[in-house]
Amino acid sequence: MNTYFLILVGCCFACLLRAALGKTVPDRMVAIDILGTLAVGMTALWAVISKKDFIIDVALAWIFLSFIGTLALAKYLAHKTLDE
Amino acid sequence: MWNELIGKIVIGIGVAFDALGCLGLLRLPDVYNRLQAGTKCVTFGTCGILFGVFLLKGFTGLGVKALIGIPFVLLTSPVGAHALARGAHIFGVKLWKNSVIDKYAEDRGDNPRL
Repeated sequence: MNTYFLILVGCCFACLLRAALGKTVPDRMVAIDILGTLAVGMTALWAVISKKDFIIDVALAWIFLSFIGTLALAKYLAHKTLDE
Repeated sequence: MWNELIGKIVIGIGVAFDALGCLGLLRLPDVYNRLQAGTKCVTFGTCGILFGVFLLKGFTGLGVKALIGIPFVLLTSPVGAHALARGAHIFGVKLWKNSVIDKYAEDRGDNPRL
């Protein structure tokens, strides 16, 4: 299980590398979106490894926060503003 | 006992899909290809991890919460990816030079609101 968790940490560093290297703005936004979905799996795995059951609640909240953040970023991309 | 073995195998499949999705995110040439590789693989991989946690823990608080997390991931992640792809197209990101078709540009025409 610890090996799985370390592989996921490596995936997060790959996402951060794409966010740092990406040539255009949407590249960085895609990397941040995928990092959010990856963090949900990491949190669920950490709830099993550390034997603390309440950590899965963090994962359930993180799904919706990541979704709302992605929608805000996409709306900013499409219309250059957050109004309307 | 069989629960633990099958749960660990399912979590391993999910982690493998996550790793391949992040590899595609690093290696593919333009933003639409990266979005496709990243979103599909990472969505399925996260669902695999959550289902593996359910198989490990059974019908306890942790297992049931992991199980009801799966529909939420399946609903929110593709919708966010679709919004990002539409935003990137309106933002003006060009397709990769070997791409063959762009239906959305034909549909949009010169309508700036679509």
